[in-house]
Amino acid sequence: MNAVDVRDLRKSYDGVEAVRGIDFDIPVGEVFGLLGPNGAGKTTTLEILVGHRRRDAGEVRVLGTDPQQADSSWRARIGVVPQSGELFPNLTVREHLDLFAGYYEKPRSPADVLQLVGLEQKADAKTRTLSGGQQRRLDLGVALIGDPELIFLDEPTTGFDPGARRAAWETIRSLRSLGKTVLLTTHYIEEAQRLSDRVAVLRKGEIVASGTPAELIAKAPATVIRYRLNGQEVSFQTEDPTRALHELTGEALRDGFNLDALEVHRATLEDVYLELTEEKPE
Amino acid sequence: MRLFLHQLRAEQKLFWRSRELAFFTFLLPILFFLLLGSAYGDEEIDGVNGYTYLLAGMLGYGAASTTFAGLALLLVIRREAGVLKRLRTTPLPASTYISAVLASIILIFMLEAAILVALGRIAFDVPLPDSILSLVIVLLLGAASFAALGIALAAVIRSAEGSSAVVNAIYLPISFISGAFFSQEAFPDVLRALGEILPLSHLIVLCRDVMIHGERAWDQLDDVAIVAVWGVAGLIVALRRFRWEPRER
Repeated sequence: MNAVDVRDLRKSYDGVEAVRGIDFDIPVGEVFGLLGPNGAGKTTTLEILVGHRRRDAGEVRVLGTDPQQADSSWRARIGVVPQSGELFPNLTVREHLDLFAGYYEKPRSPADVLQLVGLEQKADAKTRTLSGGQQRRLDLGVALIGDPELIFLDEPTTGFDPGARRAAWETIRSLRSLGKTVLLTTHYIEEAQRLSDRVAVLRKGEIVASGTPAELIAKAPATVIRYRLNGQEVSFQTEDPTRALHELTGEALRDGFNLDALEVHRATLEDVYLELTEEKPE
Repeated sequence: MRLFLHQLRAEQKLFWRSRELAFFTFLLPILFFLLLGSAYGDEEIDGVNGYTYLLAGMLGYGAASTTFAGLALLLVIRREAGVLKRLRTTPLPASTYISAVLASIILIFMLEAAILVALGRIAFDVPLPDSILSLVIVLLLGAASFAALGIALAAVIRSAEGSSAVVNAIYLPISFISGAFFSQEAFPDVLRALGEILPLSHLIVLCRDVMIHGERAWDQLDDVAIVAVWGVAGLIVALRRFRWEPRER
């Protein structure tokens, strides 16, 4: 069974197509990453799935329901961490959790959620005194208080320092072990790779690749060779590095030029991503 | 009902914790009443007791400052901070949320009105009106009408930056023109004509009728109608223009 089904989803703003016919599905219990640069259509897609925006065309089912026709009982089953936005600066962390818990029939206990997002020490602090990372953790806590089946995370770690990012990743992994389905958007390759069971790469409103992180890497050319010639950076990809390297170095020795900073490495997800999302002339 | 009360309690907590909002929209009319009352309350204004005259004006000004200006600011700030949008992803129904916000602000205004009337009685010997029920009806009518206008104003203000300046620039002149602070007797004709169109002057007239002349809320139906029509107009704008999402950045 799928928690999310999307078929040929389209959305334009003032004649500009932000999402141009994308398809994907997310089975229950999967962590799915929507990876792409800013402006690729990630947030638009997520806002359509949670019911904030209306689509222009296509089919969308979230927990079996069209988000455009969803009611409160459907909203009780999802949790959303928006990309930006504040809460109430004059309420404490615990008061926020109590307030939002009151909206649900069967909320998680605020004490559990405090622990899950690691804010026990800050339970009685006013929200305005929290650091940026702590506020994002409260955002996550507020999204989890209703014990949702499906959680939407819009760029959950943008602006985090590396330590805070790793802590957030731990929390997101723990959601997975609770059996939750997660859709996360990100422009960090490492984040998508480490957290997601499957990834879809979005570029200018289209999905240009999708699969498990391992599958995406496997689709890439096996090896990248890079060197500098007369101050110019040269790099190329090859399926046959032994021969390519032999020919390159042979030519260099014969003609008497130097391959400065010669480097041979296996493609990473980053190479795949950069290749896929590069701005190419159309 | 459980959800409504849950939200109403939260709204009360949020209002009283937000000191600036509570000061400007709740406390200021009370302070103005004490200041103006001490300054010239013992003179007759328009041929009636000055304290009573001022008290009626301050009740009207209180309705404008709490349920109109206060509500508009509160909604703009929450909308632009993304709070309203986030609430739309929870099971809390929009109608429950809006009714709790309205009930909360009207409750706050009625508390403010009670304090004003009590202060008038204690500090300036202003007699209680013949019909307290009539005063309550008039104040509730004013509060409901201004609350609808407050939501409409929030809907047409586009950003949080400068929203308090915009709101002040609207409700303070209206309060002056409507005769909340002084008699309109000395006003030029243009201002008096403008005052005639605005709902606040009619609300203040209703308060004076009830407090000074012992009339009932339903004795001056033309004033009641003008206040109500403004409220309905506000409601129509609110329903058509209200947004949950912040402006696109």
